[in-house]
Parts: sequence; structure tokens; C-alpha cells
Amino acid sequence: MKTRREFIKISALGLGGVAALSSISPLTRGASAIEKLLGLNRNKPRIVKRVPSYCEVCFWKCALWADVDDSGRVVNLTGNADDPHCNGRLCPRGTGGIGMLYDEDRLKKPLIRVNGENGQTFREASWEEALDLVANKLKEIADKYGPESIALFNHGSPGHHLGHLLKALGSDNIAAPSYAQCRGPREVGFEFTFGTGVGSPEPTDIRDTRCLVLIGSHIGENMHNGQVQEMSDAIDRGATIITVDPRFSTAASKSKYWLPIKPATDIALLLAWINVLITEELYDKDFVEKYTTGFDKLKSYIRPFTPEWAYGITTLEPDLIRKTAREMGSAAPAVIVHPGRHVTWYGDDTQRARAVAILNALLGNWGRRGGFYFKEAKPLPEYPTPEYPKPSWSWKDVTNDKYPAARLSVSNALIDASIHSEDKPARIKAWLVAGTNLPLTIPQKDTLEKAFQDIEFLMVLDTMPMEITGYADVVLPECTYLERDDDIRNEPHRELNIAVRLAAMEPMYDTKPGWWVARELGLRLGLEKYFPWKEYREVIEWQLSQIGTSVDEMQRLGVKKFEGRKTPLYAETPEDYQFKTPSGKIELYSEQLESMGFDAIPRFTQHPEPPEGYYRLIYGRAPMHTFSRTANNPYLVDLMKENSVWVNPRVAALWGLKNGQYVWLKNQDGVVSHFPTKVRITERIRWDSVYIVHGFGHHDKKLSRAYGRGANDTELITRVSVDPLMGGTGMRGNFVTFVTENPGKEVVS
Amino acid sequence: MKEELFVSGRDIPNIDPYLNIWHWQIPGYLYLGGLAAGILFFAALYTILNKEKEMQATVKWASFIPPIALVVGLFFLFLDLKHKPFFWQLYTTIRLESPMSWGAWVLMAITPLSFIWAGSYLREAWPKWDWKFKFLYDFEAWVQRNRYWFAWPILFLSVILGIYTGILLSAFNARPLWNTSILGPLFLTSGMSTGVAAILLLTKDKTERHRLTVIDLILIGIEVFLIIHLIMGFRASTAVQIEASRLFLGGQFTVVFWTFVFTLGLIFPAILEVLELRGYHLPAYIPAILVLFGGLVFRFIMVEAGQITRYLY
Amino acid sequence: MRYAMAIDTRKCVGCGDCVVACQVENNVPIGYCRDWVVESMAGTYPKLEIEIRSERCNHCDNAPCVRCCPTGASHIVEGGIVLVTHQKCIGCGACIQSCPYDARYSHPDGYVDKCTFCNHRIAEGKDPACVSVCPTKCMYFGDLDDPNSPVSKALQDRRYKTLAPEAGTHPQIYYLL
Ligand SMILES: Nc1nc2c(c(=O)[nH]1)N[C@H]1C(S)=C(S)[C@@H](COP(=O)(O)OP(=O)(O)OC[C@H]3O[C@@H](n4cnc5c(=O)[nH]c(N)nc54)[C@H](O)[C@@H]3O)O[C@H]1N2
Ligand SMILES: Nc1nc2c(c(=O)[nH]1)N[C@H]1C(S)=C(S)[C@@H](COP(=O)(O)OP(=O)(O)OC[C@H]3O[C@@H](n4cnc5c(=O)[nH]c(N)nc54)[C@H](O)[C@@H]3O)O[C@H]1N2
Ligand code: SF4
Ligand code: SF4
Ligand code: SF4
Ligand code: SF4
Ligand code: SF4
Ligand SMILES: [Mo]
Repeated sequence: MKTRREFIKISALGLGGVAALSSISPLTRGASAIEKLLGLNRNKPRIVKRVPSYCEVCFWKCALWADVDDSGRVVNLTGNADDPHCNGRLCPRGTGGIGMLYDEDRLKKPLIRVNGENGQTFREASWEEALDLVANKLKEIADKYGPESIALFNHGSPGHHLGHLLKALGSDNIAAPSYAQCRGPREVGFEFTFGTGVGSPEPTDIRDTRCLVLIGSHIGENMHNGQVQEMSDAIDRGATIITVDPRFSTAASKSKYWLPIKPATDIALLLAWINVLITEELYDKDFVEKYTTGFDKLKSYIRPFTPEWAYGITTLEPDLIRKTAREMGSAAPAVIVHPGRHVTWYGDDTQRARAVAILNALLGNWGRRGGFYFKEAKPLPEYPTPEYPKPSWSWKDVTNDKYPAARLSVSNALIDASIHSEDKPARIKAWLVAGTNLPLTIPQKDTLEKAFQDIEFLMVLDTMPMEITGYADVVLPECTYLERDDDIRNEPHRELNIAVRLAAMEPMYDTKPGWWVARELGLRLGLEKYFPWKEYREVIEWQLSQIGTSVDEMQRLGVKKFEGRKTPLYAETPEDYQFKTPSGKIELYSEQLESMGFDAIPRFTQHPEPPEGYYRLIYGRAPMHTFSRTANNPYLVDLMKENSVWVNPRVAALWGLKNGQYVWLKNQDGVVSHFPTKVRITERIRWDSVYIVHGFGHHDKKLSRAYGRGANDTELITRVSVDPLMGGTGMRGNFVTFVTENPGKEVVS
Repeated sequence: MKEELFVSGRDIPNIDPYLNIWHWQIPGYLYLGGLAAGILFFAALYTILNKEKEMQATVKWASFIPPIALVVGLFFLFLDLKHKPFFWQLYTTIRLESPMSWGAWVLMAITPLSFIWAGSYLREAWPKWDWKFKFLYDFEAWVQRNRYWFAWPILFLSVILGIYTGILLSAFNARPLWNTSILGPLFLTSGMSTGVAAILLLTKDKTERHRLTVIDLILIGIEVFLIIHLIMGFRASTAVQIEASRLFLGGQFTVVFWTFVFTLGLIFPAILEVLELRGYHLPAYIPAILVLFGGLVFRFIMVEAGQITRYLY
Repeated sequence: MRYAMAIDTRKCVGCGDCVVACQVENNVPIGYCRDWVVESMAGTYPKLEIEIRSERCNHCDNAPCVRCCPTGASHIVEGGIVLVTHQKCIGCGACIQSCPYDARYSHPDGYVDKCTFCNHRIAEGKDPACVSVCPTKCMYFGDLDDPNSPVSKALQDRRYKTLAPEAGTHPQIYYLL
């Protein structure tokens, strides 16, 4: 028997819901709680030690020092000066990371869904009971449908631990929103062109560039630390910045050229730029000749795509297109056409990324100072455990059938595979979710809801009572990144380097680290041979010893740099360079794509336009928040407590909107935002679009500061244009209009 | 289009979106201080001029108001302090550049004097009053003999007090609405005028009433002149001050100011007083109450509106 | 010695890190701040300009807040730093009224508080907290009397402005244009 999985809003424990309604402002409550916890009213805390860690507020993974006072509490976070990701300076979210630790709304005990008289609620449980329940459920489902029917949705560090568990159990169905909702198309587009993806951190040599081209990429609001710092260096050095954005972004305000493009027409601009570079012979001829294939085909293909042609599509003056192309040409090879990061926009995103890649290739900046450097990571052996069993099927079967170029699993494809229908029975029956707030992350709420109803079991490992926990059968409270040991960071960069994360304090409340949860479940599932250690510290120590260091040393250093790069930072003897494409060269014309039945050179296609009275919904980042995860962080809420909808003055006049007025947004399918958002009338946006910052509009009342603040872009994204190559969910084809009267939704004062 | 906003979400209580750090306590304090200064000034003046006989209400009966007004005013000031246990720090230093400081000291000096002054008339008002101790009777007698010598410092201190209640605001250059040298004389005049009005409420004597009415009319005339001057001054000044004057010329304080302060608090009582002087018999308390009320509203508005005006944002 | 700060409006991205860092370093209660970020935009689409400024007490050379303080709680120390002695402050609000920059606030505990230029950190030879975290390195701090200090150097070859100079306070936070 299966009962419908209700979204549990108000905790049975009466924690959040009641408190949020109390008359005391949540802000002040947060303040007093934090002050109490930090003991702020006494004199300056005495700092007795600093513990190395790296930040988990976003995925740039800046290495930091956690200052711990004499009462054993973390009181301050500062960047590690030796860290190439942050150079000793955290971003506001990183500095405000202690707000995540001391958020009094945190998950504090394991919760189990129960069917009560008044519907479903959670009850608190012991770890013992919760883990037993999860293990039994997983075993039951694995026995019945095979272990492959269990999927893991994850983002960030807890994912690795649960991933290990799942693989040991025999499933490889592991997906993260950072692929099909984020940078997947870019990786695929670059792979088809250069043979390698871009990866994180992006190997863009911004600090030494003479010309930085940003296409939608809003560095400065997108606060990926190293890039922001390097962009600032570039400004100092007088580099030219060219920003293509329908909105006057912060980066646009620092740019010599702002190209206020009509949204969804970027490929036309890219083709026109390629056209100018080729017809005016501004491209790097030597480079193109030596390292690329298909130039002649590109040259003849590109002929009709003049700036004049693009003008009609993009609304950008031909002269501006020519001028900016010439700027790039003259700065080459110290020029970067930034590949972007969140690129799942219009469904043809892999092809747009290809156009960006081709443009970069023509400028000859691959492996050049001020262009793209060659990044390298310190090789780090995995702790030895037995081979994983081979799954009888995996995401590859689900994903690559549909999206032939997907190299990683496509979260939305796994969600589709969880939905049951007569002709297509669901293949996935249980979900583990760790570190991703799917309801605010995955578009097309209806589909997600269907999956929630069809799966038989859902376990969520999280630190906060985010929306995803409301759908869980069992909620496991993880301690925050400052309270746990974790994997060693060995991201590729200019220099070989590693960073460690060691627990800076004892976990608060009844919370546990992800590795502990994974191991406990493993033991219960008879997988003890995959967890031959007791503490994760042993794993870390072993790995460190393999590369000639130790926990002791790392405790002192936090970040360790290594000599011995295998490749040079820049291409010194370019003659020898082999690209990892079938031809060994940069493929301007992709025969691979052609053979798969796709365009060998990117093509511009017209995308739907907003109907009368509707505006394109575009969204992005605010520098002080990370998606939905920081929306309840007291420090960051203090900086920005809700989002606002940016409206051009002409549009505002048409609708009689006032600055600061609250409106609801309604999309083309009649979906109205759950909560209203403030109108911000500004010249900084085109009149065919409106803009909101992603991550707001939380509807879980247990989030006392985030609840009801602002509009949630995700719920308005009911239409997606799926990238036929890799399954990316293009989310910017949704159109909204304004609702000024309360459409009868919940109101929060 | 110009757009200026705090991107760091600044929203400090009582500071944003506009200053609201002074509530009713400060205008109340200023009002009572001005009122007391007005009464004490005329009491002292007519004592020095040796007109005690004709000006009984001025010199005697009204003199019970200042001590109460001053104590209540000081209490208001105390209520305004946000760090109350430390209020005594006010009297650990004299800082001449700080109106708040010398105001506190002037009050420290004039309040006891006003008590002594009123005390010396106490048994005339309440013949049954008993001082209990002999030395108090001796003291009373001594004061009564030396009233003239008490009148001089009171006259002097009341002028300072009156000016102080005006200067306090105009010392804050940071609030464009207060940043004008006219505010001092204006508050001084207004304080005097409220003092006179208070006395008018008490007097039964025709000559005294006549004389005070004339004085009040002159004071009102000066006030009207100063107000017009004030606004013209703003109009001819910097952008922030032009902006500030808009509060009274179409902005949110226009109606209250022109109706309650200007018309009902100045023009209307002036007309009534002129009629009175012309021999029409009207209830004398009406113009007096209007002046008292107008003066109160004026201070509330000035404090409130001044805090809204700022240099930036 | 004259401490001052120069902030490069061309590099500042308005992220607010300086604000969080100050709150954490100086135990500024949530909901209050000693520094804040202003974004001011002018123009009409598509000809727009933005200036982003991280603002705080200007440690004015001619500080009205110090002059009007009745107790001497607000005072100036070595290097021109304007400070408030909490135990001397009566919370009268006079200094708040006198500051053209609204740089002061009334602390929930009653006294008035504001930026101290992190004098406790300067004493240890460190930069103020806000300066040391700023990811764009757009803030320069130091002694104006020392021609080699970061702030002097920053002011040497750039145009700059101060805020509301017409208020006559001689502010010591400079904005590089
Ligand atoms: N509408 C819309 N959707 C988007 C985007 C958008 O801009 N608009 N952006 C897309 C992009 S680029 C990305 S990368 C994804 C990001 O998507 P997500 O990674 O899902 O983003 P968050 O909303 O931050 O959710 C993070 C979750 O992790 C939890 N968490 C935080 N720290 C820990 C921890 O230490 N342990 C555990 N177990 N949990 C933790 C948080 O409480 C929260 O529930 O979203 C994508 N989806
Ligand atoms: N502060 C902060 N920083 C972050 C994150 C965060 O949550 N918070 N998340 C990180 C992650 S995981 C990612 S993926 C990145 C994402 O950051 P980016 O990759 O830099 O940005 P996008 O979300 O792709 O793009 C947002 C910008 O695209 C513009 N835009 C909208 N439609 C169009 C269009 O049709 N054409 C063009 N040219 N521009 C358009 C918007 O106006 C907006 O300025 O940010 C990272 N950095
Ligand atoms: S960029 Fe900011 S949030 Fe992301 S890891 Fe670095 S400090 Fe943390
Ligand atoms: S931290 Fe630096 S870049 Fe960020 S707002 Fe402050 S001054 Fe600007
Ligand atoms: S900015 Fe304000 S508080 Fe700071 S010194 Fe100047 S007047 Fe005083
Ligand atoms: S509030 Fe405190 S610091 Fe400010 S003027 Fe009054 S006593 Fe001085
Ligand atoms: S100098 Fe120190 S006190 Fe002043 S704003 Fe910066 S961090 Fe805050
Ligand atoms: Mo992302």
C-alpha cells in the first residue's frame, strides 16, 4: 500500500511554523540567538586555534581558516592566503559562512514521516532508528527491483560519501544539478571543439588578459571568487571588458562595451563576430592553420552572417558588433571569450557553447597567457577499497539513449525514469538526496511532483529544513562543513595544490557528518568491506601520506602546493600539442556532430518570443547569496532579504507600477508565484524582459527568515527547452506578466 | 533616470529609511524649555523694571509654571537618552561647542533659580503653606528682599535658555532643514510668545493684558517675518535645502504647517488680538491657547521634518 | 599621522563582503552595520553608469559629531580616528543628528556605535577587517602623511572625490573615480 507523499510544511514538533508567525521579527531573533551562541556580549573572544577547511557555501571551494575561541566555538572565517582559489579573501558568502553554522533553524535531529490523524507529520527519531529504517528500505527496494533502482541526487561534498555507498551497493545512478541545470552544455560544446571540457575552476587567465568577453556571465554578481578577483586585477590593468547581457549587470557597468542583446539571440551575435574575424582577417592565422580543422567549411558557412544580418535579430548595432570584434582581434591571443557557467538557457546551449569555443579558437588563445591556461590537478590516490559491483544498467542507458552527447548523468532524465506510466514503468524506485534542494533547483514542478509521488522511498541528508526535506520519508541532519572532516580538495589550477577540511568544532545538536552516515548505512547493508576505516580522518591521513604530507602538516598549512606539473601552464612548444578530439585538432567543423545527425557548425534558430503583455523571465545571482541555500543565513539575509523584479521604466509606466510595490508574477501557463516580489523600476534592463535573483520565495515555514521572501523563479519555469545533445534544461523560455491584486495566496507580513 | 540604493540592505532601526532618532521627547523638551524661558524672561524683566504691581500675573502667578516645565522638560530629555544609567556623564564636563552640553548646564543653573523664585511667592498663592523649618522662612525673607538681584541672572539665563532651544537644532548642519541661522531667533521668539500666551491665560488685570497682547502681537509679527525669511532662505540655498523646504511647500508637512502653525498658531490669534485691542470683547483664552498649541506643533514638525532631510541618498 | 581610506569605485562590485566582515569582526548586531554599500546609477538605457561605493564613517577632519557631543564620549585619537567611548555615551543622539553621512547608529545596548577604522587591528599592524576581506582588493588603507602608504599611492595617480564635501566636514574616505 502506498500513501500519497504530502509535502510536510509545518513540523509536527511545532518548531518552525509557530515561531515564524510570532510577532518578533525573525531578524532580531536570529540576531539574539547568534549573539547568545557566539557569546557576543563579552569582550573579544580569545582565539586559541585555527583549523583549516574549505568553504561549502558554493562550489568554488575556497580554502579557509576557522578561528576557534577558548570555548571551542568557531568565531571567524578568513581565506587562506596560499590558496589559489581565494588568495586569502573569501567572498561575502564565505565570510558569512558562520551564519550557516549558527542558524537556529538548522535540522537538529533525524526525522521520520508518520501518518497521523491530521495528515502526515514528522517525528523525531534516534539515529539508530532512522538509519535502521533507511537501511531496511534500501535493502527491500534493492532486493525487489535491483540496486540500480536507487538513485542519488547530490551537490557538494556529502555526495561523494553517499555515492561511494551507492556504488558499493551496485548502483551508479548518481546525478547533480550542476550538469543538466548548469554547465553541462558548456562542457559538451568545448569537448566537441577542443577535446576537453572547461571544468571548475575555469582555466581562464583573466588576471593577465587584455580583453574579457562576457556573454551572460555576470562575474561580480556571480561571485565565484577567483574570477571576481582576477576580473578586478584586469580592470586595474586596463583590460577591455565587453559584456553581452540584456541587463546592465555589474560587470556591464565595468565594461567598455555593453551589448544589450535581445535575449535568446546570442548565437546570431557569435556568428556575426566569427564573420567579422574571418572577413576582416583578424583571426590568428598561424594558430588556425596549425591546430584546427574545418576552417574552410566554417569560412564559407559564415559568409551570410554579417553584423547587418545579426542586427535584425539581436538589436545590436552592426557598428558595435564590428568594433567589439576588432577589439578582440587586436587583443588576441590575450583575450577570453568566457565560456560561462550556468548555460542551460534556450535548449541549443551546447551549440552556443560551440560557437563560443570556435570564437576562442579563432583568437588563438588556447594555452596562451591572458587566454586559457592549461590547468593541472595534483594526482591523489583513492583510499583502497574493493571494486564496486558492476550495475546491470546505469544512467548511461537512460541518458545516452535520449541525449547522445551527455557525459555525466542528466538529473532530469533520472527524474523522468522515476515516473511510472503504463507503457513505461518507472525504473527508479528510491532516491537519496544530499545537498541539493530539488524543488528550487529543478524546473517543471509538475514532473518533479509526479516523481515524488511515484517513488517508494526518499531519504534526504541536509543541514537545513529546506523544501526538499518536506518530501522525505526520512530526514537526516548533517552537521555543517565546519563541524566535519571531509574529502581532500585537489582541484586543477595553475599550480598543483591540495586543501583539507578538518572539523573545526564538535557538531552542534544531534547532527552527523555525511561520511559517518554513509558508513553506518554501509555497515547495516553488509558493505563493511567498503568502509574498512572507522573515522574519515584515517582516509585523509592515508591519502596525504601517499603524496608526501600528513594531517599534522596540513593542519599547519591548510593548503599545500606541489612542484612537478606534467604540462606547462602555457603552450610552450605548441608544435607538439595534441587535442583530444578524433582529429587531434580543434574541430571548427565537427564531423562527429554531423555523424550523430546534428549541426556541424552552430546555427541560429529563432526561439519563442514573449506574447503581448508578457516579458521574458531571466534570472541570475546576487553576490551575497548562493541559490536557495543561503536564503536563511542571518548575515546574508541582513544584506539581502528578498529578491525584487527588475522592470524597465517604460514597462512600469505601461502597467502603472510603483517602485517598491509588491506584485505577483504569472507565467504563460497561468502559474502565479507563491509569494509577491517588490518592483524595482530600473533602466538597467531591456523592456522585453524582467529579471529576478534566483533562490528566493521559500515556502517552508521552518525557514524563519527565508519563508515568504520574494518570488521563486523555479516555480515559474514550467517550460523547458531540452538540449537534444546532452539533456540540459533550457530555462529562459518562460514569460511572465504582473498580478497586482493578491491572487488569494498566502501572505506573509 | 537616477537610482540610488543600498545594495547591502541597510535598514538600521531609527536611522533608515530616514532618521527618526528623536521622537516626542525632544520637541516636548524644547517646547517646555522655551515656554519656561519666556515666562522667566518677562517675570525678571518686569521685576527689574519695577512693574511688579501692575504685572502680577507675569511676575507672580505665572512663575509657578517654569519650575514644573523645566523639571518635566528635563525628564523628557532623560527619557530620550538611550544609555540612561550613564546620564550623569553630562555633568562631568562642560563642552562649549556642544549645545546639548551648555543647555544641560544652563538648565542646571536656571531650574533651581526658578524654584527659588516661585518659592518666594508660594505663600502669597497658598497662604496656608508652611515651610516647616525656620531657616526656610529666613531664606524666603532673604529672597523676597533681594528679588531684584535674582531677576538679573534669571533674565540672563532665560535668554540663553531661549536661544539654546533654537540653537540646539540649528547646530546640526547635517540636517538641511535645521541648517539655518534663522532657527535660533525663530525658536527664541516663539518661546517668548508661548510664555506670554501662558501668562495671558492667568492674568485678570486689564493693563497687564493689554500690555502683554501688544508684546505678543509684536512677537507674532517677528515670527511671521522670520518664517517667511526662513523659507525664502531655503529657496535661495543649496539643492538639499531647496529639497528640505519642499516639505513645507507641497510636501508632506505642508498642510499641518500652514494650517496649524501658521494660520491657527500665528495669523488667527494675531487677528483676534488686534480685534481685542480695538475693543471687541472676545474670550481672552482663545488666542493664548492657539499660540501655545501652535508653538507645540511647530516644534514637533521641525524636529520630525528635520530628521527626514539629509545630504545623501 | 592621518589615517584614511581610498576605495576604487571602478573595481568594487557591491558584494557586501566588507559589511559582513565588519559585523563578524566587531560584533555588530545583525540588523545594524558600521559600513554599507550604495549603488548609484545614472542615465537612460542603454547609456548607463553605475558607481558602487562602500561607505562608513568618514573620520572627518572637522567632525561635527565630536563637537556636539555633550560628554566627550565622541572624541578623536591619534591618526584622526573618531571614536566613541561607550561608557561615556549617554545616548542623547546629538552626534547621530550631526553626521551628514548617517554613519552612526544607536546600538541596542543604548550607546552610539560606528566605524572605528578597526583601531584594534591597526594596533596589531593589520588592515581593517573590511579592507582585508574585500575580494576585489578595491580598498586602500593607511597613513596619508606617509607617501608610500597604500592610500597615498592610490590617491597619487587617480581622480577622486569625497562625499558631501559641501557639508564642510573634510571627510577622509576617498572614492577613486
Ligand atoms: N530556476 C533556477 N534553477 C536553477 C538555477 C537558476 O539559476 N535558476 N541554477 C542552477 C545551477 S547553476 C545550479 S549549480 C543548481 C544548484 O542547485 P542546488 O545545489 O540544489 O542549490 P541550493 O539551492 O543551494 O541547494 C543546496 C542544498 O544543500 C543543502 N546543504 C548546504 N550545505 C550542506 C551540507 O554541508 N550538507 C548537506 N547534506 N546539505 C547541505 C542546502 O540546505 C540546500 O538544501 O541549481 C540550478 N537550478
Ligand atoms: N553569488 C553567487 N555566485 C555564484 C553562484 C551563486 O549562487 N551565488 N552560483 C555559481 C554557479 S553554480 C554558477 S553556474 C554561476 C552562474 O553564473 P553565470 O554563469 O555567470 O550566469 P548565468 O546564470 O548564466 O547568467 C546570468 C546573467 O545572464 C543574463 N542573461 C539572461 N538571458 C540572457 C540571454 O539570453 N543572453 C545573454 N547574453 N545574457 C542573458 C542575465 O541578465 C544575468 O546577468 O554562478 C556561480 N556563482
Ligand atoms: S566563492 Fe565564496 S561561497 Fe564560494 S567557496 Fe569561495 S568563499 Fe565560499
Ligand atoms: S567587499 Fe569590496 S567589492 Fe565587495 S562591496 Fe565591499 S568594497 Fe565593494
Ligand atoms: S562621518 Fe559622521 S560620524 Fe564620522 S566623523 Fe564624520 S560626522 Fe562624525
Ligand atoms: S549619543 Fe553619546 S556619543 Fe553621541 S553625542 Fe550623545 S553622548 Fe556623545
Ligand atoms: S574599518 Fe573596521 S569598523 Fe570600520 S567599516 Fe571597516 S571593518 Fe567596520
Ligand atoms: Mo551552477
